[in-house]
Amino acid sequence: MNALLSALEQIRRYPSALAGLLVVAFLLGLAAFAVIAIPYQQALELWRGGDQWQQHPVNASPAWSNWFRAVDLPRTIRAHARSDDIAEERFEGGRVLMIPMEFEYRYGAFPSELNLFVNAEFAESEPFMRMTWHTPDGREIPIGGRRISRQERVSISQDWNLERRLGGLPHVALFAEPRAGGGLPQVLQGRYRLEIEAIMFEREGELDATLVTYGRVHGIAGTDHQRRDLVVALLWGTPVALAFGLIAAVGTTITTLVIAALGVWYGGWIDAMIQRLTEVNMILPLLPILILVGTLYTTSIWVMLGIVVVLGIFSAGIKVYRAMLLPIRESPYIEAARSYGAGNTRIVLRYMIPRILPVLIPNFVTLIPSFVFLEASLAVLGLGDPVLPTWGKVMNDALQEGALYHGYYYWVLGPAVLLMLTGLGFAMLGFALDRIFNPRLRMI
Amino acid sequence: MTDSADDLPAPGAALKSMSGLWGDLKRIATFTVIRLLALFVTVIVGVYLAIVIANMGGQVDELRIVQIESSIAEQFRADPAFFDLPSEERQVLIDSRARAEIERLRLDQPFLRRSVDYLVQAISLNLGRAEQMHSDTGSRQVRDIIVERLPATLLLFGTANFMIFFTSIFVALFLSRRYGSGMDRAVIGLAPSSAAPPWFYGIFLILIFSFMLGALPHGGMVDVPPPEGRVAYSVSVLRHMILPVTAMFMASIFISIYSWRTFFLIHSSEDYVEMARAKGLPGRMIEQRYILRPTLPPIVTSFALSLIGLWSGAIITERIFNWPGVGTLLFQAIGFTDTPVIIGSVVIFAYLLAITVFLLDVVYAVLDPRVRLGGGAR
Repeated sequence: MNALLSALEQIRRYPSALAGLLVVAFLLGLAAFAVIAIPYQQALELWRGGDQWQQHPVNASPAWSNWFRAVDLPRTIRAHARSDDIAEERFEGGRVLMIPMEFEYRYGAFPSELNLFVNAEFAESEPFMRMTWHTPDGREIPIGGRRISRQERVSISQDWNLERRLGGLPHVALFAEPRAGGGLPQVLQGRYRLEIEAIMFEREGELDATLVTYGRVHGIAGTDHQRRDLVVALLWGTPVALAFGLIAAVGTTITTLVIAALGVWYGGWIDAMIQRLTEVNMILPLLPILILVGTLYTTSIWVMLGIVVVLGIFSAGIKVYRAMLLPIRESPYIEAARSYGAGNTRIVLRYMIPRILPVLIPNFVTLIPSFVFLEASLAVLGLGDPVLPTWGKVMNDALQEGALYHGYYYWVLGPAVLLMLTGLGFAMLGFALDRIFNPRLRMI
Repeated sequence: MTDSADDLPAPGAALKSMSGLWGDLKRIATFTVIRLLALFVTVIVGVYLAIVIANMGGQVDELRIVQIESSIAEQFRADPAFFDLPSEERQVLIDSRARAEIERLRLDQPFLRRSVDYLVQAISLNLGRAEQMHSDTGSRQVRDIIVERLPATLLLFGTANFMIFFTSIFVALFLSRRYGSGMDRAVIGLAPSSAAPPWFYGIFLILIFSFMLGALPHGGMVDVPPPEGRVAYSVSVLRHMILPVTAMFMASIFISIYSWRTFFLIHSSEDYVEMARAKGLPGRMIEQRYILRPTLPPIVTSFALSLIGLWSGAIITERIFNWPGVGTLLFQAIGFTDTPVIIGSVVIFAYLLAITVFLLDVVYAVLDPRVRLGGGAR
């Protein structure tokens, strides 16, 4: 206990250890925050995707990426009509609602999409609506009319008729400066208005509309091809990665070391059995087995973790430790220990294992991130956990969707930075611990 | 040699040393035979386990039977030649065809029996025919498929591992002499970068050198179409090797240097090294005779292990770089659930490993006299 305290005391003397400790603490904090801020069930629900993300842009970069751009990319703008602005005109057997939706557009780039979400309340007959686009310079562009059901998503940017009429993508042409001739379209900044003229064929009934001008940047992490906010995955990836790495590293290292030491100390058939088991185990390739299980059975991250630990017990590490321990067994100090009557357990645990701990500690600490990366590797092969959001799955999605090719670098960089941070944090801490726990290195 | 007592050996000494040598040889021979037998049993057990796992204890077969039945039924339904046939007759036809296919793949026999068959064939290196895959030359022999891919993997991973191993040993020796220097600290500072696997660096290398700069190919082993002529072909392969080898090099060089450096440092503070230093021996001699010599066994072990690790680490790196090696093959085979190919790869791996382990034992016995001379017989 005292040794541990004095070790902690010494950490303060190593700047890299402090940095590593800070990173690890930050990750632990992030993990705790993720678990508290987004409960497990909610995280799964969010990551499943679907309609809950329909007002998010597709493949939007993080908002901070605008700092590095000459022209700011637009954020998503939601324009909702206030009830005071809605004008009503009654006629025989129905009403006409005039719903204006106004918003400021002050970006140098075009939005990525333009959708109108309409909720209508009516008893039987579906209302009819006509849309007109008012530009800041006073032009009026009819967008068309249609019947609406109770819940409708009117995709203005995918209106082919409109596209043909405007001679360009609707979400570009509607925001462009009018000009004759060629050249790239320029954004006309100012106050835009979409007017809906809705004809309700009933006395009662409401109509509620929201115009969403999808941006090209979103939040601190951006969004993916399914409009999901990547913050969910990046946040929740932290506790998952840390749990996986820690459990796997602890589970494999300690058992492996103790088994190797026991084998070396007792020798004879125990050693032989351990050696043969290790060799059999080495012939079984871990990754192919994980891939097999993932392809045929389940890609559940906890099943994978179990296999990693079980196959890791008799891992190749035993051979390395054995090679280091064999000469140690013959050392005079072990003989001295025997001669004063130390028991077998005492010799193995107090004399042999501590001797190779110095070489072991960097291994152990780099093991944690290496298991984190193993999980990411599996995900990159398409064998990520089916429901949990993890960093590896985000990277896999990105690579599958050709993020590098299309230039969505943020999509790969987000999880990559977090993975790298985990790797660096644990490794820096471990490398400093190595010096502290290794008196021989300190003496030199 | 000038001492006369040495010129006249005591009677019987020559005989004794002869019998000692003979005894040594006998012991080594027994040891070798026992080790070979043990390794053979190991290979059998390992391969059998791999067979059971690759078939998921026979569950894969049920999956495959269902797949075969549905795909044959689909074939018949899509074939206009059978449109006029009454559905009962068509069903009979489908059933008989499915049965034939199941028999061809011998899925009708109990798994236990088939697994033993697989084992015998695998051990005798009769790897059989692939069920779905075929080699680039069109052969369906598993051996051809694997042999075709093996050189690619060996080339790529052999190159990378040799580079990493020798660079790290030499740099580590160099640094252990200059403990605490600026370079030493720089390497220690960089060591944490090895926490990431090769594919992780691979993604960034591809991003930078291939997509942003367009300087190097982003995947594959050779240009499409392959260039004519030996030189042009080699140059093309070399160009394709740069990124994967760099990725692997980046991923392990610093940790490798770091751990060897620590290792050498521990050993260079041994008493006999201090003694050699006190005697004023030159640094190079101390390195070679007092540090490298006793640390050879662990070095050799770790090199052999890195050769083994090369194989299982290949899958993802090869996939990221689209390298046509055994890793990609195994991944494809698992995708097709082509059991003979999976088992074939594992068998080849098992044999390679057994050979490595055997060589390791022999080399170990030669290098470490404590192990050779009854150190194990306490």
